[in-house]
Amino acid sequence: MAKMTYIKAITSGLDQVLSDDPKTLIFGEDVGKNGGVFRTTVDLQDKYGEDRVFDTPLAESGILGLAIGLSLTGWRPIPEIQFMGFTFEAMDGIVGQLARDHYRFGGQKNFPVTIRTPFGGGTHTAEMHADNLENYFVSTPGLRVVTPSNPYDAKGLVISAIESDDPVLFMENLKLYRSMKDEVPDDKYTVPLDSAKVVREGTDITLVAYSAEVNEALTAADALAKDNISAEVIDLRSLSPIDTDTIYASIDKTHKVVVIQEAQRMAGVGAVVASDIAEDKIMSLDAPIGRVAAPDSVYPFAQAENDWIPNSDDIEAKAREIFNY
Amino acid sequence: MANGSKQIVDFAKIKATMADPYKHPVQVINGDGKVVDPDTLAKYSDDQLVDFMKKMVWERTLHEQTMNFSRQGRLGFYAPTAGEEASEMGSVTAFKEQDFLLPAYRDLPQMIQHGTTVAKGFLWSKGHVEGNQHENPNMMFPQIIIGAQYVETAGVALGIQKNKDEDRVAFVYTGDGGTSQGDWYEGVNFTSAYQAPAVFFVQNNGWAISVPRKKQTAAETLAQKAVAMGVPSVQVDGMDIVAVHEVSKAARDYAAAGNGPVVIETLTYRYGAHSSAGDDPSRYRTDEETKPWFDADPLIRMRKVLTDKGVWSQDQEDKLVEQYKDEFKDAMKEAEAAPAQKVSDFLKWTYNVPTPAVKKQIAEFEAKESK
Repeated sequence: MAKMTYIKAITSGLDQVLSDDPKTLIFGEDVGKNGGVFRTTVDLQDKYGEDRVFDTPLAESGILGLAIGLSLTGWRPIPEIQFMGFTFEAMDGIVGQLARDHYRFGGQKNFPVTIRTPFGGGTHTAEMHADNLENYFVSTPGLRVVTPSNPYDAKGLVISAIESDDPVLFMENLKLYRSMKDEVPDDKYTVPLDSAKVVREGTDITLVAYSAEVNEALTAADALAKDNISAEVIDLRSLSPIDTDTIYASIDKTHKVVVIQEAQRMAGVGAVVASDIAEDKIMSLDAPIGRVAAPDSVYPFAQAENDWIPNSDDIEAKAREIFNY
Repeated sequence: MANGSKQIVDFAKIKATMADPYKHPVQVINGDGKVVDPDTLAKYSDDQLVDFMKKMVWERTLHEQTMNFSRQGRLGFYAPTAGEEASEMGSVTAFKEQDFLLPAYRDLPQMIQHGTTVAKGFLWSKGHVEGNQHENPNMMFPQIIIGAQYVETAGVALGIQKNKDEDRVAFVYTGDGGTSQGDWYEGVNFTSAYQAPAVFFVQNNGWAISVPRKKQTAAETLAQKAVAMGVPSVQVDGMDIVAVHEVSKAARDYAAAGNGPVVIETLTYRYGAHSSAGDDPSRYRTDEETKPWFDADPLIRMRKVLTDKGVWSQDQEDKLVEQYKDEFKDAMKEAEAAPAQKVSDFLKWTYNVPTPAVKKQIAEFEAKESK
């Protein structure tokens, strides 16, 4: 067991699968000698050779084409899309092709592709580098979408994603890459692909969040505790599918819920979670479902990011409003 | 710039000559049925040439029978193939069973030749999953998103290279319009960057639905587009099955030997509509424009060569047509007997491991379906 950053935990998970399964391949822009622009694949080419860890020409649709074709010839591809904003160039590959191909063959062929991609605001990047674009992908049948909020889950989830025979979009939060450390086992372990996790137990209100907003929710929960409001915090981890069982069990206990996301409010993950709760659990609620999300503007110019991204103060205020309803 | 001074670069000259190496289509039998390359023709036995003719008669009959079925409302989407028999049969016969075919929607005849049945082709058209399940697993389904098959070819070719498979290549088809897609360039370029084994076909049939070839690009040939990716390419008379086969075989040998990919532009023509779904070519082209292509018909010219050799007769051809028609009618009966599809199966094939929501929906549909 060692203290590891989120990014090191992902590297450790990739190292593990490359070592376990000789059919796994890592490829993308700059992932080889350079080890990725964030160093997520650092040293892996030296360790496993250029045949297993290799650079691609600069074209995201081509990268997805490689992933699909390599699947057809028996490989287990792990492509990297350098920033999530660049997935737009690969939209047909991901949504029009990869997610549908297992179905098209009537289940006879597998496309065990894990697309890794960094996303998320707060690091003052150039535009198209920070958006939360998960909403486009969670409405795609056939594609799983997961995103860890901490180093332990990062390693376990990336291993599960790669071992899964379904295509998985693995979203890595830029702000979390080096901002937190956890105890992470050196050995192999997995975190299930379709389960949320209660990361803080509480009895008065449920805060449902994912990725970097989990940490904001935990900070809000600390503040609420000072006023004896006991908040339970749930980390979704999987955005498609959503583990409603874990959410519903918590609501049965707290009867109040706030759903939190960093993405814009419109038609997003939070809306799906809120509508599921409304459909299945409305009789268990003592207050309206609260929502915290970014405003419905285009992703902000980098200098103003912190005014735009929902933070712990926003969550705390919404939680108090719902708690006092 | 001062008058009379020499320009540092002569763009006009570059433009005027850049297509020169690419615009001499390979031809063995010309449009009048005259053998223009007897040495190449001599490499083929009479039996081989008769087999080429049979395959073209088969494809033409398949097309005509399919149009009949389509008019009877017994098929779904179908892209007519008449005119493209030499291009399609000449190319696919140059490949081996282990080669991986990535077809587009006008390429059902090549799929059938590569290892599936006519019934499966009909099932694909009708919209049935069994239309994507073939005896030869070395095949993708007919791609609808033009260009996607090109980027996927790069992956298949790289996979073949990484597997160290001997004597195996990927081969793929698109049309003239397909060369305008970004994916066309990405697919050829990725394959070239890895020097992976693939043969890229562009069946230039003159039309992308209603848009003529000359409006797709100012490039004089489509073949020359490959040079920018460092890939050798050639134009071939796509109405000449011997020329298409000869060029395809050379391309396969070259790619399989580890030299990287090849691009082949076949000059052919779409006699009919873009698809069976209401396209009317009289809106955008005249009989005057199409006549030379009908005169250059691949069956007419091969028929002449074989008749001159005394190895083909009209009577023989008529009997073949009847035999094929019967086979296609049987295939349609087989397709129509395919089991009804179930939504619960669609849900089961969406993920390897169904999600909780999908599991619930499977149960709901299975309950409905068992009633």
